Amino acid sequence: MSVATQPIPIFPPTAAIPLRAMPLAPLSLALTAACRRISRAHPGLIRRLGEHDHCAFALDPTDLPVVLLLEPNGGVPRLRVMRGEVASDARISGPLAALIGLVHGAFDGDALFFSRDLVISGDTGAALALRNAVDDAELDLAEEFSAMTGPLAAPMRRIFAMAERRTGVALTRPEEAGTW
Amino acid sequence: MVMEIVCPAGTPAALRAAVKAGAHTVYCGFNDETNARNFPGLNFDRSEMREGIRFAHAHGAKVLVAINTFPSAGNEALWHRAVADAEACGADAIILADIGLLDYAARHHPGQRRHLSVQAAAANADMINFYAGTFGVKRVVLPRVLSVPEIAAINAETGVETEVFVFGGLCVMAEGRCSLSSYVTGRSPNMNGVCSPASHVDYHEENGVLDARLGGYTIHRTGNGESAPYPTLCKGCFGAGEKAGHLFEDPVSLNAEKLIPQLHKAGVTALKIEGRQRSRSYVAQVVRNFRAAVDALEDGRPLPEGMLAGLSEGQAMTTGAYKKTWR
Ligand code: SF4
Repeated sequence: MSVATQPIPIFPPTAAIPLRAMPLAPLSLALTAACRRISRAHPGLIRRLGEHDHCAFALDPTDLPVVLLLEPNGGVPRLRVMRGEVASDARISGPLAALIGLVHGAFDGDALFFSRDLVISGDTGAALALRNAVDDAELDLAEEFSAMTGPLAAPMRRIFAMAERRTGVALTRPEEAGTW
Repeated sequence: MVMEIVCPAGTPAALRAAVKAGAHTVYCGFNDETNARNFPGLNFDRSEMREGIRFAHAHGAKVLVAINTFPSAGNEALWHRAVADAEACGADAIILADIGLLDYAARHHPGQRRHLSVQAAAANADMINFYAGTFGVKRVVLPRVLSVPEIAAINAETGVETEVFVFGGLCVMAEGRCSLSSYVTGRSPNMNGVCSPASHVDYHEENGVLDARLGGYTIHRTGNGESAPYPTLCKGCFGAGEKAGHLFEDPVSLNAEKLIPQLHKAGVTALKIEGRQRSRSYVAQVVRNFRAAVDALEDGRPLPEGMLAGLSEGQAMTTGAYKKTWR
């Protein structure tokens, strides 16, 4: 595992265009299902949120025309993709690659914050709790999504691996460097 | 003898990352006010602690449990329970700051190794020898206000092992005695385990200018493209007399990796990395770097060049008091 020091890739603007018009409800449903699966598999995630487990977190990829609203709901999470103004208790903004890289431990949250690649507003305590809870869970989003597709898991993994190579975004949890 | 690398772990994942990255020893704390990094989402419940210690021992690493805040009157049982539970979980040592708690641990848990926390601010040999003679303290974490010659002088006059900070955030006061955070937030590292707590922090960005506020007061204002600090009070910008600026300390991080050979010569046993609030990727990278440095020192090879600047607050580093003349 190493902290990425190269510049953070920005989502290609042309590829983001469909998100401006496409219906978001199916995407929200799929993401909510994935979130619930993840929270069941990693109960520590909700536990670590503590008093913040009913907050609304806006995850704002600054290179996409949408915002993800994450509501942990004390263990029955909901993740909605939304456009326009989104009210929340805490907001974490930054390039999509930074947000995903954070989940995968490819980046250090504080380092991204010091360099202002990541901006936090609203309830800083809640944002920190989420960051710490996610860091402890050692998630691999590509793996979680692939596993949801049943028989299609193997091709999905290959698609994620290819997308990762093409975009430079850490879509999977990076290989850990060998034990000392 | 190889210098011991003592690494932070705010979560079980960070503990595993530190051990795999080559930490000889990891320090961590319970998820309550008994430890000085009582941050949201961090720390270990009892079963995580037991499992973390088991993992570290299986990989040949040690675990120190920090119970290093000062028990509040009438609520000492919380701290007593932490001492008992750390021992039951198999901790290699507990890190304590409060004299009463040291006394309690020495009487009720005599078999449990005791270290003196930096929070006790033991900065001379007489004080350290007192803690050793009275409470059986085996190691002291020295406050970050000493120069290398002062550390050598301490080691010449005590048989107690010394551990010094080499990397991470700086706490510039005589530790355990700073109440700056209490004035603005009502919460302090000494009593609640948090300095400038996140619950009182908010950021406001307008036209690229970022205000970092603590308890409603703007502590920092950074322009477009400048790195953002956390609004820790001692590293804020203040006006005094005719001058405005960082009155106490610049928002920089400690990096004493180049001083490792001198610290070794000064008789230091262990090198401590600050940052239980940091991510597992930070922990892994810093640990790897320092482990490579002490192994090089042991083998008589030149120390590898550091590459940790991007990880530090203000993205700037200092050797702190080890080479410093105070303002
Ligand atoms: S305000 Fe600064 S000197 Fe005081 S406890 Fe906090 S970090 Fe240490």
